[in-house]
Amino acid sequence: MFYKETGQFKSRYKDELAAFPLFEDKIGIGILGVLTFLVIPLFGLPGLNYEFAMGAIMIPCMIFIIMTLGLNILLGFAGQISLGTGAFSGVGAYAFYKFITIFPDINIIIALVLSGLVSAVVGVIFGLPSLKIKGFYLIVATLAAQFFLTWAFIRVAWLYNYNASGAIEGPNKEMFGIIMIGPQSAGMTRYYFVLVTLIVLTWLASNVIRGRIGRSWMMIRDMDIAAELIGIRPLVAKLSAFAFSSFYIGIAGALMVFFWLGAAEAESFDINHSFLYLFMVIIGGLGSITGSYMGAIFVWVVPVLIKEVGKSVFGFDAFVMENFSTILLGAMIIIILILEPHGLARLWQITKQKLRLWPFPY
Amino acid sequence: MKKHIIGAAVALGTLISTVSMSFAEELLVPHLTYRVGPFAANGTMGANAITDYFTMLNERDGGIGGLKVNPEECETGYNAQKGVECYESYRGKNPLMHIPNSTGITLQLLQKAPEDEVPIFTMGYGLSAAAKGETFPWAFNYPASYWSQMTSILSYIDSETGLKGKKIAFLYLDGGYGREPLPLLDKLEPKMGFETVRIPVAFADSQNQGSQWLTIRKEKPDWVIMWGWGVMNITAVKEAAKTRFPLDRFIGNWWSGGHVDVEALGMKAKGYKASNFTPAGRDFPVVQDVIKHVVSKGLTKTEPDMPGKVLYNRSLFMAVVMAEAIIEAQKLTGKANVTGADVRKGFEMIKLDEARLKELGFEGFTPVIGSCADHEGQGSIFVQQWNGKDWEKITDFIPPMTDIVQPLLTEAADAYKSDKPGWKTQNCS
Repeated sequence: MFYKETGQFKSRYKDELAAFPLFEDKIGIGILGVLTFLVIPLFGLPGLNYEFAMGAIMIPCMIFIIMTLGLNILLGFAGQISLGTGAFSGVGAYAFYKFITIFPDINIIIALVLSGLVSAVVGVIFGLPSLKIKGFYLIVATLAAQFFLTWAFIRVAWLYNYNASGAIEGPNKEMFGIIMIGPQSAGMTRYYFVLVTLIVLTWLASNVIRGRIGRSWMMIRDMDIAAELIGIRPLVAKLSAFAFSSFYIGIAGALMVFFWLGAAEAESFDINHSFLYLFMVIIGGLGSITGSYMGAIFVWVVPVLIKEVGKSVFGFDAFVMENFSTILLGAMIIIILILEPHGLARLWQITKQKLRLWPFPY
Repeated sequence: MKKHIIGAAVALGTLISTVSMSFAEELLVPHLTYRVGPFAANGTMGANAITDYFTMLNERDGGIGGLKVNPEECETGYNAQKGVECYESYRGKNPLMHIPNSTGITLQLLQKAPEDEVPIFTMGYGLSAAAKGETFPWAFNYPASYWSQMTSILSYIDSETGLKGKKIAFLYLDGGYGREPLPLLDKLEPKMGFETVRIPVAFADSQNQGSQWLTIRKEKPDWVIMWGWGVMNITAVKEAAKTRFPLDRFIGNWWSGGHVDVEALGMKAKGYKASNFTPAGRDFPVVQDVIKHVVSKGLTKTEPDMPGKVLYNRSLFMAVVMAEAIIEAQKLTGKANVTGADVRKGFEMIKLDEARLKELGFEGFTPVIGSCADHEGQGSIFVQQWNGKDWEKITDFIPPMTDIVQPLLTEAADAYKSDKPGWKTQNCS
């Protein structure tokens, strides 16, 4: 009954190529838009304190979606596996910090794009081994990036302006007269900024993926020799995937520190975070933008909600819930992967398929 | 299938809607703990003590000023991001103060505190520069900052063997916490005529310090000072004993002198020293009260042998400073239900002198006297030594070198605010 292509006639080629060709999808996106742009920033999430909903759920969630998108481009679309995500996000964060402290008058958007570019360059450098090696060997090369970069975040004191604390901290900074980052910024401002960034980056990713570059990534992923024979240059395809992915990850890292945490040490970019982002991609579904959204939301929100519910409804101790949510999340990951190895995105696809036939399945 | 989905949705809806809480008249003291993770052994002890002390106040005195104290825990696992998440979860519930229990988390919260008007209390950790009350109106690190502690340790060494011309190895955990004293050492080295060898221990290498101790053997320092935490401490003491380094020349800071750090080694660790400001032992009236009103009644997760240990007593002391700030705030405002801003003033008016400490059952602990300008109290420390079975206090209180530390703290505080336009300070004169 729902999500049926039949009866939805398209009279122009433009409609054929639309991002959301189906009527139901348009409604869904419309509702999501109203929710994220009006309802949530005005009222927060039901049952949760407003600042908590913003600061611990919505903002980190959107930042992690950008992070997951970035990793998914590399892993899901170009087939190059990486465990250096945490470190690349750190590159973005430290670059952003350097830009806004060296040039105090710089526009935040420009600083953000520049720090994404710095991260992209670093990503390309560490992506060079991918031209020679694949699979497990590439993991090792990206692991080297992870360890080298986190080492640099601690050792190169210039990166954190020789702070005694060794941490990078977000100063108050205005854009168009509104304080965007720093302790004095309002949760709502940061929310809107991250939301708009997310939408722009999603739009960009979906278009690049549907275009020539994205197709060349997928060809490399599916069979690199065949792709090369058809005329795809592996050098360009692989390195552009590393650059594009690191650009996203760098921006997400800068957002994470300056629009969410407020300050960070090298610890926020360690290998555990690389694993976390990898989980998000795998749970969400490789090679799917919707999957990136679902994976990030699932992996971030479920433990937070489990903890809140356990604490305030059932009155469990905080540390019991901490352990419990870790166990439960792990169990859910295993169950989801057994039931649906292609992740939540595939589940959503199946749901849509079922909905087409819904009241009268055959 | 459809029924199930609707059922599940309804169930989830009710769950979420009940999550929103209405808070009764009580004093909410958020309590960031780490009972899980790599430092859980230390964290559990401290977390228990703070909760126990407030439970004891509720049981014995009916709370503070007639209101029950709710030391609500939030688990961070010593992870800075989880710490921020915890911090956010207390918003809107009128938290009276925050105790991050981690230097990493403290750094993230320092900037948020002035905007949210909730003071941050970091006893024995956190940013040293927060001692400057004029620059950091919302942060407190009684009874002494790391820098003050370092100068106390140095003056102890000076009194033992003399400091001039000596070589000191500084073994530290390679993180924000361990690197804290480095700028101070840079300044003191030329001034006081000693030499340091700095030996970092990466967090991942905590249990494998072979190369570090090889360096120490090669360098032959006169003293080793350690800024360690967790399993790094016991490994270092073990390595020192193995490489025959004289343990009475090996001195840890106050986070390297707990029972967990040496108990397992027993006689092998005999002679190892550490600084401290909260003496160990069960004979203090307050420890007895906690045992009587809380532990023996089974109102806690504390094991019967925990009270009296160094870290337990330290966290009890942390709790009493917190309680004292609330009491001062209540005195100041004349009402029982105070706010975070009131408690901040309470912290500045704190006067835990020897008489008051004795009254509260803490005789022999470092006095804490605060003021508007001085948020560290410049407290003294003493040195304790492991005798194979227990920690023994071997010195009187050693005051910090105020004339050296204070200008450096001012400098650090100014550097902190220099790149933060709009940073809120206060005027104390």
